[in-house]
Amino acid sequence: MLRLESVTKSYAGRRVIDDLDLLVRAGETAVLIGPSGCGKSTALRLLLGLAVPDSGRVLFDGIPVTRETVSEVRRRVGYVIQDGGLFAHMTARENVTLKARTLKWSTARIAVRLEELCELTNFPSDGLDRYPVELSGGQRQRVALMRGLMLDPDVLLLDEPLGALDPMIRFSLQEDLRHIFKTLGKTVTLVTHDLSEAVFFGDRIVLMREGRVIQQGSLESMTREPADPFVTEFVNAQRGHLLS
Amino acid sequence: MGRRLLQIQRVLVATLIASPLAAQDPASTIVIASKSFTEAVILGEIAAGVVRNAGYVADHRRELGGTRVLFNALMSGDIDVYGEYTGTIIQEILAELDLQTEDELRAALRERGILMTKPLGFNNSYAIGMRPETAARLGVSTISDLRGHPELRIGMSNEFMDRGDGWPSLRRAYGLAGDNARGLDHDLAYRALDGGDIDVMDVYTTDAEISYYGLRLLEDDLSFFRTYDAVYLYRADLETRAPGVAAALRRLEDTMSEASISLMNAQVKLDGEAETAVAGVFLREALSITGVVREVSFGGRLWLRTKEHLFLVSISMTLGIIVAIPLGIVAFRNPRLGQGILGAVGMIQTVPALALLVFMIPVLGIYAPPAIAALFLYSLLPMVRNTHTGLVSIPPSIEESAEALDLSSWARLLQVELPLASPSIMAGVKTAVVINIGFATLGALIGAGGYGQPILTGIRLDDTSLILEGAVPAALLALLVQYLFGLIERVVVPKGLRLKRAA
Repeated sequence: MLRLESVTKSYAGRRVIDDLDLLVRAGETAVLIGPSGCGKSTALRLLLGLAVPDSGRVLFDGIPVTRETVSEVRRRVGYVIQDGGLFAHMTARENVTLKARTLKWSTARIAVRLEELCELTNFPSDGLDRYPVELSGGQRQRVALMRGLMLDPDVLLLDEPLGALDPMIRFSLQEDLRHIFKTLGKTVTLVTHDLSEAVFFGDRIVLMREGRVIQQGSLESMTREPADPFVTEFVNAQRGHLLS
Repeated sequence: MGRRLLQIQRVLVATLIASPLAAQDPASTIVIASKSFTEAVILGEIAAGVVRNAGYVADHRRELGGTRVLFNALMSGDIDVYGEYTGTIIQEILAELDLQTEDELRAALRERGILMTKPLGFNNSYAIGMRPETAARLGVSTISDLRGHPELRIGMSNEFMDRGDGWPSLRRAYGLAGDNARGLDHDLAYRALDGGDIDVMDVYTTDAEISYYGLRLLEDDLSFFRTYDAVYLYRADLETRAPGVAAALRRLEDTMSEASISLMNAQVKLDGEAETAVAGVFLREALSITGVVREVSFGGRLWLRTKEHLFLVSISMTLGIIVAIPLGIVAFRNPRLGQGILGAVGMIQTVPALALLVFMIPVLGIYAPPAIAALFLYSLLPMVRNTHTGLVSIPPSIEESAEALDLSSWARLLQVELPLASPSIMAGVKTAVVINIGFATLGALIGAGGYGQPILTGIRLDDTSLILEGAVPAALLALLVQYLFGLIERVVVPKGLRLKRAA
């Protein structure tokens, strides 16, 4: 469904993505994990056409992501980022329905979809007319998720969606997210730096470092047959979290 | 430079804060102008009186500017009549022609479409004055005697400092040191001399202050100063356009004397009478003309100036907003071009206001247009800068969220970027309008009217109540407008940006 082929990307002379190959199959949840600066967020941005590769190809459902196709690709993708990326001047409702309104959806259609989304994301519908500053961090992420899901995309790309939340809220949202991924059968790519979160969500964990994939598969395979001493080091460093 | 700063300062110090020209039928209205000193204003009022008596509508633009501005305005047709001095025309305006006789002068003026009355009867020459104590103590009685006292502090009126027949050539003729000569406002110079801040100044021989302060006038032992007979200059086309005007002005020939004009100056400057009233008395006594003096009530004046001031501010601000916000957007979308735009609007701000006004006179004439143009230019910087700043400070994550939603460039601008930048843009607009209201008082320097008018007159007459008559409404207007923009802000800035973050 999503494919990066030999992609290289540099920012200001620094190679962030280095000859990266990555494949995400339809319906699976792939988690990109790695230390800060390993290129995991950039990989998501490349998939969405928010960053353009210096070399290599980006494919979405077999279509090369180019200036011409990027609109179609974006319409089929929901994108959720760490702090939600909500527009502060719009209510939750306005944030969620912005794109549908520019596409001239009918009021009735919008209302039906909103109701479904509130139920799906466990968002209280009386919060729809609040502004982002009036919502809690968890609620903001639920609104961001609703915005991402509004057009019923095939793919969800989430960049540290739980990163800014405190543990309790994080836990409840984590549960809800996994439920949503599974019931909707979406193709999901999630970026995190937290191994326990990766294990929780991921059908497949993709460990990255310095713009390349070091190893992918299950945590178990990484522990048993580490491809590289870095894998063991990374896993061990996070083991404390896993046990707690 | 010093002069410009001083003039800016004298308006701005008095206030921190403009007016439509009353709708006039240009064909039937005779525009009379005066220079920025009392005698000129009295001559303007007297001319307005005889013109009205002849059945025309007279509009007196008081204190419109200096010699050059008025002469150019007369040539271009912005004004029809003003009072001038023969010596000034010969020595300053047409100095390059080296005119010798009055006939040569008349011929030279006629070539330029300008006619001149015969002398009004008094000679208002320049003289050099000192406090009598200082002159006596140093034994100075002639201008030549100044050579022996290079330590004396010389303060000359701004115009005299720069004029061809002024300080530079006086200094050369007498071989004076005088590197320390400073330019200052003529009316302030009397106070500076009296207060001991300067020792030597130039005076007009008909100035009321000479006798009031008991100044000692130094003998012009080299006969440097020429004769400065007061006359009216008027446009030759008045002969056909308004034939009675020239005849009316000619009734004033040879009706005044040094003593009578000096007395009128004293009545205004020292006794606090209005120029209009003094001119009215003269017209009644000398020409038996009555009923032409129009005293405008305080409320009427205030209303007129408020209209004038608001006119300047509203037109310049509207144009400013229309231009500045798009410029800020362009600067944001195109960072390279943006550097140039921000640099250019910043540079405009460094041009002194008076200089900007004067630069625009040749292009836009006098009155409101150059004032509006200058105010427009000055309003750009805060608005362009704040628009740009508001847009560039939108977090990249928000920009990417908008991009990920695949909003068109326009939708992004209108629905996301501009609303998010609106608090910053509104702050820029509010800053610009308050500065604009303050700067608009400078419009009075080129005849645009507004609250600057009474401030200018108040400075000339050392009349604090007149200064306040301009300064107080200007300050109140600034407060009111700021309050109104606060209300507009509530509409323009989206609610979600005005709320406090939840605890």
